[in-house]
Amino acid sequence: MNTVTVEASDLTRAYGGRAVVSDVNFTLNKGEVLGFLGPNGAGKSTTMKMLTGNLAPTAGTVKICGIDMIENPKEAKALIGYLPETPPLYRELTVDEMLALAARIHGIPRAKVQRAVEQAKERTGLTEMGKRLCENLSTGYQQRVGIAQAIIHHPMVVVLDEPTRGLDPIQIRDIRALIKELGGEHSVVLSTHILPEVEMVCDRVQIIHQGKLVFSGEIEALKRSRESNRLCVGLRRPPANDALLALPGVAAVEEAEGLLRVQFSDGAAGVPEAIVQASVAGDWGLYQIAPDVTSLEDVFLHLTQQEEALA
Amino acid sequence: MKMILTIAGKELRSLFASPMAWVILALLQLLLGLFFTNSVGRYFEAMQGSMLPEQRIGFTAFVMPQVFGVAVLVLLTAVPLLTMRQIAEERKNHTMVFLFSSPVSLFEIVFGKFVGLMTFISIVTVMVLMMALSMNVATDLDIAHLLTNALGLWLMAASFAALGIFMSSLTQQPIIAAILSFIALLGLVIIDNFAADPESPLNYLSLMRHFEPLATGVLSTTDIAYFALFITTFLVLTVRRLDADRLRG
Repeated sequence: MNTVTVEASDLTRAYGGRAVVSDVNFTLNKGEVLGFLGPNGAGKSTTMKMLTGNLAPTAGTVKICGIDMIENPKEAKALIGYLPETPPLYRELTVDEMLALAARIHGIPRAKVQRAVEQAKERTGLTEMGKRLCENLSTGYQQRVGIAQAIIHHPMVVVLDEPTRGLDPIQIRDIRALIKELGGEHSVVLSTHILPEVEMVCDRVQIIHQGKLVFSGEIEALKRSRESNRLCVGLRRPPANDALLALPGVAAVEEAEGLLRVQFSDGAAGVPEAIVQASVAGDWGLYQIAPDVTSLEDVFLHLTQQEEALA
Repeated sequence: MKMILTIAGKELRSLFASPMAWVILALLQLLLGLFFTNSVGRYFEAMQGSMLPEQRIGFTAFVMPQVFGVAVLVLLTAVPLLTMRQIAEERKNHTMVFLFSSPVSLFEIVFGKFVGLMTFISIVTVMVLMMALSMNVATDLDIAHLLTNALGLWLMAASFAALGIFMSSLTQQPIIAAILSFIALLGLVIIDNFAADPESPLNYLSLMRHFEPLATGVLSTTDIAYFALFITTFLVLTVRRLDADRLRG
């Protein structure tokens, strides 16, 4: 059985000769959640637009469940639900009217429209909002209506461009749960610049940087690459650096913003324990010890350097 | 076809959700009512002055071209105001993406919008027609003549709408779309005034030259074909313009 739902090959988009996205390749299987990660202007939204047929690629093809987006746009688009950067809502319609329109335009038979609307509202927590005009909704609720219109016809592939933008923490938690749930029956492509979000909901991740894929793989691989070999240590009465360097496995020590950044050599185990023990023995006044959390930029640097080293 | 109707239904709903459609309907009715009463009065004056049978003309032939002529002029200003939002505002509010990522073709989007507008224009035409028909109580109207007038008005308004939708697809600013359509339409209506000789092609281009035969009760395929071509041309141009959006981004 063919379970590939999205197949993008050599996807390239140039504006006036400048490639915004170049040679992006990936496939997505049924039931997977794929995270598109990248800083602003990396080409995430452009890729999403090409996946959903809003933008014609300069080169390359997009296939949705084997149907070519350029040759058979109607059939391919019927299998997609898309939430763009700005939720596409008709301000003069109520939430119910908007969702009913989305249902009908995606070919849901008239008799089933009402049920589809109720379901979509329930899944996105909009049950109370049916009679409100889209114009009068807060940003968070508009975003939810945007998600509701993308999933109302139970598409094979749901494409969400920064789905949690403008939401409050509780809504973000709900929407992430919803995305995970969607991943069960559909395939989901979502873009974001929030790293923890990808870790929480995605099965696979692609990192896009200056229009190129710099990393593509299982989420576990990303987690590993985020685990650095450094510790942030806070000491009230720090000893001379030599004392720390004398501990087994410690490779380097540097001072950073009042804390000590301790780097240990690859494969060394038990460094944190050794530091804690030495601190107690030497009365260094340890008040903080934590793995040095790598920022998204560090991951990018790490990954791009890795790519270059491999090349 | 179903998609066209779905889009048309949405357009109609949006039209009537704004005060614009209601204001246009009300003002048009007021203006035409005044003009109609006035023409009826002038008909009696004119007929009292003309004693010879050959000077006398029918009520329908005297009053209706005037009433429908004014209706055309009112729609010349009203239709650009209705069409300006069609695509320009969808671009501005990012709702065009909704249609673009739905399983509908560009033709269905454009034609759906056109059908929605035409429903509104048909309502306007029927209202004008009903006002004219109210005179049937007092006199025997030439119904066929009345209907060619109504058809003329309907076709003129349809042409205005097609051109207006095209202008709306050129820009993101509804106001610019309205101004462009109004100027283009006004130009096309009065272009025959610039024709030096009666054989000039400018005469053929003029919208008014094709409305006038219908107003006098002459139903000619040349005129119908002209309107059909005019409408098709601008709708196809709109589809092409939207396709360019997708290609150029």
